[in-house]
Amino acid sequence: MGEIRRLLPPHEVRSDPQSAERMRERGFDQALATIWAMNPETVIEWVTASGIKGRGGAAFPTGIKWTSVRQAPGEIKYVVMNADESELGTFKDRVLLEQDPLGALTGLLIAAYAVGARKAFCYIRGEYREVEQALANALETLRQGDWLRGVDVEIRRGAGAYIAGEETALFNSIEGKRPEPRVKPPFPTVKGLWSSPTLIQNVETLANVAVLFAHDVSWFTQYGTPKTPGTKLVALSGHIRRAGVYEVPFGVPLADIVSDPDLGGQVAGSGRLGAVLLGGAAGTFLTPEEVMNHHLDYESLQALGASIGSGAMMFFDDTVDLGWVVARLARFFAEESCGQCVPCRIGTRRLLEIVEAKQWESRVHDVRALAQAMRDASICGLGQTAPLALLSFIERPQLRPHA
Amino acid sequence: MEKSISLTIDGQVVTVAPGTTLRAACEQAQHPVPTLCWHENLTPANACRACVVELKGSRTLVASCSRVAEDGMEVLTASERVQNARQVVAELLLSTSDATLAPSLQELAQISGADPNRFAGGATWAQPVRDDNNLYVRDLSKCILCYRCVEACGDDAQNTFAIAVAGRGFDAHIDAGFGRELPESDCVFCGNCVAVCPTGALIGKKEYELRQEGQWDESQITTTETVCSYCGVGCDLQLHVLDNQIVKVTSPADHPVTHGMLCVKGRYGYAFAQSEDE
Repeated sequence: MGEIRRLLPPHEVRSDPQSAERMRERGFDQALATIWAMNPETVIEWVTASGIKGRGGAAFPTGIKWTSVRQAPGEIKYVVMNADESELGTFKDRVLLEQDPLGALTGLLIAAYAVGARKAFCYIRGEYREVEQALANALETLRQGDWLRGVDVEIRRGAGAYIAGEETALFNSIEGKRPEPRVKPPFPTVKGLWSSPTLIQNVETLANVAVLFAHDVSWFTQYGTPKTPGTKLVALSGHIRRAGVYEVPFGVPLADIVSDPDLGGQVAGSGRLGAVLLGGAAGTFLTPEEVMNHHLDYESLQALGASIGSGAMMFFDDTVDLGWVVARLARFFAEESCGQCVPCRIGTRRLLEIVEAKQWESRVHDVRALAQAMRDASICGLGQTAPLALLSFIERPQLRPHA
Repeated sequence: MEKSISLTIDGQVVTVAPGTTLRAACEQAQHPVPTLCWHENLTPANACRACVVELKGSRTLVASCSRVAEDGMEVLTASERVQNARQVVAELLLSTSDATLAPSLQELAQISGADPNRFAGGATWAQPVRDDNNLYVRDLSKCILCYRCVEACGDDAQNTFAIAVAGRGFDAHIDAGFGRELPESDCVFCGNCVAVCPTGALIGKKEYELRQEGQWDESQITTTETVCSYCGVGCDLQLHVLDNQIVKVTSPADHPVTHGMLCVKGRYGYAFAQSEDE
């Protein structure tokens, strides 16, 4: 099937990505004109009908989220673009914001209109200085073109903590506090920034909203599966010939992503696939057979206990010692845990110690008990998903040929 | 009057007032859940995760200290997942911190069947005692990062905000700002952090010294209740007396004036009461 370009601008789009001309060339000016002519409820009906799900990893239905924020009681509401992209192997939002910053910003303005927010934040990863500048320039274009219509958009920069990408930790960071996740419920839709109803969406989700309203629901749903319409950005890295970000329809065979000459273009290194880490550090290892027999589709992957997550696919050829990779992942979580709750603060450290000592088999009972407690009792997604890659590695003996 | 809430706890129907937490509902049903960081006069910190229970329909376990009861909830307080989480929480803390003065942690370890050696042998929080003032001592090797001290110093009681959590992951710790000694920090020495500390990581200087000398004997300590004479607020004081010497001053957590909190004078300004007048 090859590459599609809807969220990413098609190659024939040549205007400056931060310019008013780009707004017109991409139809985003039309998207805003369309929603301003609608009432907010109709805007949300479109989003619901499109079947867009959150692209940050949790895949929560976007229409339901918007309805919740719209209906939540409160004078003041906020919308937030989560551009704190920090998942390992994930660089899709960066590419999206470099190539088409006006798309995600248009989506943010549509979201603000739909839920009744007059204040919006873009929270961007601190290391993305060039992207931040692109976003700031695009915002200036929107201001000069009178596209903001009274919505105040502010860019906030992170300071290098992975945990700040967790939505409630991100709110604390914007409020000037330590980015520790908050307990849920209450959910952000009811009690988010400064205790007001808040809509927070990933960059890619907002870009989907922009292209939806630049066209219509039937255009939007012509790709993807009935349950998950649309396209997904995947970030390919590691032993793959054409590493990079590609846009593919939901439901595409994972095998196509690996070998299509317009996508991955075959495994690099030895040329023989050893494993794919799907979904970043918080994701799961898949064997070559699993990759060949499954699709980029939530239901198909659920059978493997895996998820698309952020869309990161890290490729390892058959010469890579995955035990070493697992140890690197364990160190990442131990260093990025905020330290707030016991299962994550101490659990990530003990997993690191066990993995570095290569005791995942001799202490498998302890590892399973610890992993279960982390998944069950950690406050946020970091601690809950930190053991997943290790568990997937333990459950697939074929990934440890030299053990 | 608002409608009451009905839920089941371990199969037993319980009716509670709106706003009741699952922890309180479990207590009412006489299926109490263990807690470490929860404190009756502080905002739930949700940090220790010892109080988690299984809630039907929830992907993860939920912290009962902060989750509010809703009509129709089905709660399990002793399922396999709950027991595993409790046990692992106790084992992780025991592998890191010195629990010798932490009765609630010792109790959690005992009821959950924790094996203190299961995750031991790795990094710990062992570190030198910080003894930098005349009123209290910080032995952070006993800390379990329950956040109680931070909350008591902050907007739950004192509103001084002298301490907070610094660092991250396993290196997260309570700090008085840029690693400063307490006398150089914003601390006002009210000792409310000491009053709420469940592990002896924060401990009055006198108690610390007597324990070091092996002279601290709980069975020999008597308490005398009185009212603080420094100002007109009327704080209730409990004078803990050993060998006819005041060794510690506290206030009852359920006292309507103090809620267990005092100021520097009430908590530490007792030397005059036992000075030898000529």
